[in-house]
Amino acid sequence: MTELPLIGEAIAVAAEPRLAGARIGVVTFPGTLDDRDAARAVRLAGGTAVPLWHADTTLGDVDAVVIPGGFSYGDYLRAGAIARFAPLMSKIIDAANSDAKLPVLGICNGFQILTESHLLPGSMIKNDHLKFMCRDQVLRVENSNTAWTLDYESGQEITVPLKNQDGQYIADEKVLDALEAEGRVVFRYVGFNPNGSRRDIAGISNAAGNVVGLMPHPEHAVEVGFGPESLDGIGGSDTDGLGFFTSVLNKIVGGNK
Amino acid sequence: MPRIVVDVMPKPEILDPQGKAIVGALPRLGFTSFSSVRQGKRFELTVDGEVTDAILAQAREAAETLLSNPVIEDVVNVEVVEA
Repeated sequence: MTELPLIGEAIAVAAEPRLAGARIGVVTFPGTLDDRDAARAVRLAGGTAVPLWHADTTLGDVDAVVIPGGFSYGDYLRAGAIARFAPLMSKIIDAANSDAKLPVLGICNGFQILTESHLLPGSMIKNDHLKFMCRDQVLRVENSNTAWTLDYESGQEITVPLKNQDGQYIADEKVLDALEAEGRVVFRYVGFNPNGSRRDIAGISNAAGNVVGLMPHPEHAVEVGFGPESLDGIGGSDTDGLGFFTSVLNKIVGGNK
Repeated sequence: MPRIVVDVMPKPEILDPQGKAIVGALPRLGFTSFSSVRQGKRFELTVDGEVTDAILAQAREAAETLLSNPVIEDVVNVEVVEA
């Protein structure tokens, strides 16, 4: 995790130098796949990516944490269930619940780990159609006040890749009603519900808004020429996912937007 | 050596997509008597020596914390099986 490789030289945005001091930890578990893409997204947004290992016992001096996608422990037992008990996870859980409210983003398997950790309510089960699905997915940003969505507008539609097998978000009706009432449904699927998730929910936050989890992959939509638009032109731009990372970086250095 | 068997099932109110796929496949093999299938998990925990109350309590705790997710699953059985 050092310099950006040469491919994708077209940098998505002119990153602001003042963001470079913000340090975003990216956790790797056995079976994680998207840690390098997540770190690259952090760098393209202008921040400093810090590799973290699941067996680490300290968080170091990171200002936020991304738990990336993949198949930690091969999805054995339940997706995210074994990773949730990694030594580093207890540090992340404590920091997320502390007064400092460490911003934490869980993407795909990272979202599953956050629900298994009880940082976010509900759970993911197999897609209702039982197939692995990979597509460009339109999402609506329902809440632009979380640590990871400040650079979006509420109601804004974005297009990012989605790829999962266990992506069906479920919770009981009481929990779903509470999430809606408290504005904690952060992202909803638009046009097509790819996995049977209750109420088209693609992502949620905790009450404080520092912990966000979603099934689709914003870290794969951060570079011109390498995002959804270049594939099938279903709308959005190649860099719709970059706002997750600029949001948290701006928040860390102070002064949103 | 004795084993502790833990059975975990998806909660009744939660649609079980795997069970649904299985019930769809059964009639194709001529098994037409089954209207519904739910798929669960069985864990076998081997104990070196005697299963004390404390060890059984540990197994119950493990069943509730790691082996099942209370949001989507119920622990329906924890029992000792002699080898």
